[in-house]
Amino acid sequence: MSKRETDEVTGVETTGHEWDGIRELDNPLPRWWLYVFYAGIVVAIVYWVLMPAWPGVSGYTKGVLGQSDRADVVRELQGLKELRGAQAAKLQKASLEEIEADPELQAYAQAIGQSVFGDNCATCHGTGGVGTKGYANLRDDVWLWGGSLSDIHRTIEVGIRADHPDTRFSQMPAFGRDQMLTSAQISDLTEYVVMLSRRKADAAAVARAAPIYEAQCASCHGPAGLGDQTKGAPNLTDQEWLYGSSRADIRGQIWAGKGGVMPSWKNRFDPETLKALAVYIHANAGGQ
Amino acid sequence: MWKHHTKLERNSLPLVIAILIVVSIGGIVEIAPLFYLESTIEKVEGVRPYTPLELEGRDIYIREGCYTCHSQMIRPLRDEVERYGHYSLAAESMYDHPFQWGSKRTGPDLARVGGKYSDGWHTDHLIDPRSVVPESVMPPYAFLAKKTLDYRAIEDKIRAMTRVGVPYTQDMIDNAKEDLETQADPFAAPTKFQNRYGGKVLQRDFDGDPDRLTEMDALVAYLQMLGTLVDFSTYQAEAPENRR
Repeated sequence: MSKRETDEVTGVETTGHEWDGIRELDNPLPRWWLYVFYAGIVVAIVYWVLMPAWPGVSGYTKGVLGQSDRADVVRELQGLKELRGAQAAKLQKASLEEIEADPELQAYAQAIGQSVFGDNCATCHGTGGVGTKGYANLRDDVWLWGGSLSDIHRTIEVGIRADHPDTRFSQMPAFGRDQMLTSAQISDLTEYVVMLSRRKADAAAVARAAPIYEAQCASCHGPAGLGDQTKGAPNLTDQEWLYGSSRADIRGQIWAGKGGVMPSWKNRFDPETLKALAVYIHANAGGQ
Repeated sequence: MWKHHTKLERNSLPLVIAILIVVSIGGIVEIAPLFYLESTIEKVEGVRPYTPLELEGRDIYIREGCYTCHSQMIRPLRDEVERYGHYSLAAESMYDHPFQWGSKRTGPDLARVGGKYSDGWHTDHLIDPRSVVPESVMPPYAFLAKKTLDYRAIEDKIRAMTRVGVPYTQDMIDNAKEDLETQADPFAAPTKFQNRYGGKVLQRDFDGDPDRLTEMDALVAYLQMLGTLVDFSTYQAEAPENRR
């Protein structure tokens, strides 16, 4: 069966295989294909010499070029730093107020701040900083911990109830859950808070709640409910509510006293980025 | 030589064996050395086996298929390092069996998500992703907060990890249940737990529900640990032995 012979029609030698009278021509491979194949082998050998390639017993061949992805990324990040160069150096030296006063530096800080905000802050505070229930709205002019440039910078740096040693910390007591007040007293207090926020409230309940407010709430929220930014105590007379404005929401907050956590960003951002972010938020979110 | 080839072609079993030998050469050259070369895994400070609660969280992460949309691999590329932080090291997944590198990012990379957001955010986000990120396409996992964590098999799970080379001690196996409960209870005495897993372990009520130990507790504990173990202050990224 395996007898090589020449095909009469084409003059090409056959492989000698025959199936039911059909014989296979032994045409050579197309030359272009063959040469590309040989070239591929040559490229592979050159690659082994130049680049890290073969594993050995205790290491691997490093290659003549000494290529390293990790060294490359360090170099690229360095290049980025140089690209930002002069502006970044200025940002590093300038105070927060100086950055806002210098239009060019301000624009640079805004650009950095915007991209950092989008990836890191918008996750909780919402696209553009509009916030949601439990996550502070940054677009209004109400600030729990102060809205000045340095206050904002400080909040980003140390976080709120975070693991930073100097983190901002406040604790709304759980008056109901921890049985500091009765359910009826909390209902009265809810009316009092509704009254403070300049809405219609049950006058009798407000009258009953006044001494309780004075004793339990005024030390942080102030006698008139104006709050205290140094303690992180919210102003109860404005129309902005972190945990909702309905009576049920207010009652729930007096009952169980939720307090969210904002992480400290000190170890995630370099000082320039932190500054740029503070400037961005201050300028775009109604800073004080 | 070609005569011998004819023998192979005409006998199926030797042919199968010969094919296996040929195709395994690639694997032997490319994969096998990674198991014995010391330079495969960087020498770093801080990487420890997962705590029992984190291990349960990792199992929920796998069970729910989080890896199909989230990678845990920051590649050494400029844009990734700028966005996510230091590129991932081999040492960071040396106790992962199986590793959770993933290959697709429908959602963001999670290799350094630990500490980036609050526990409350993770809980809110897992219960209803669109309540905090309106543009998200992630499915909700609200049942995690309702489902009590079943950790009856935790000792066996840890024992299985030791079989594949994770250096848990007998002490860790014996006290697995206690450690798991300690980590989710902010009022439990931390000393013994910290002696076993180090002082950096997080101990708190992760899901904001102090009365129950839920699957949410375990998953959030796992997520909050991701990427936080390596002590980068002692890691020499530029050293020749750490180059790749």
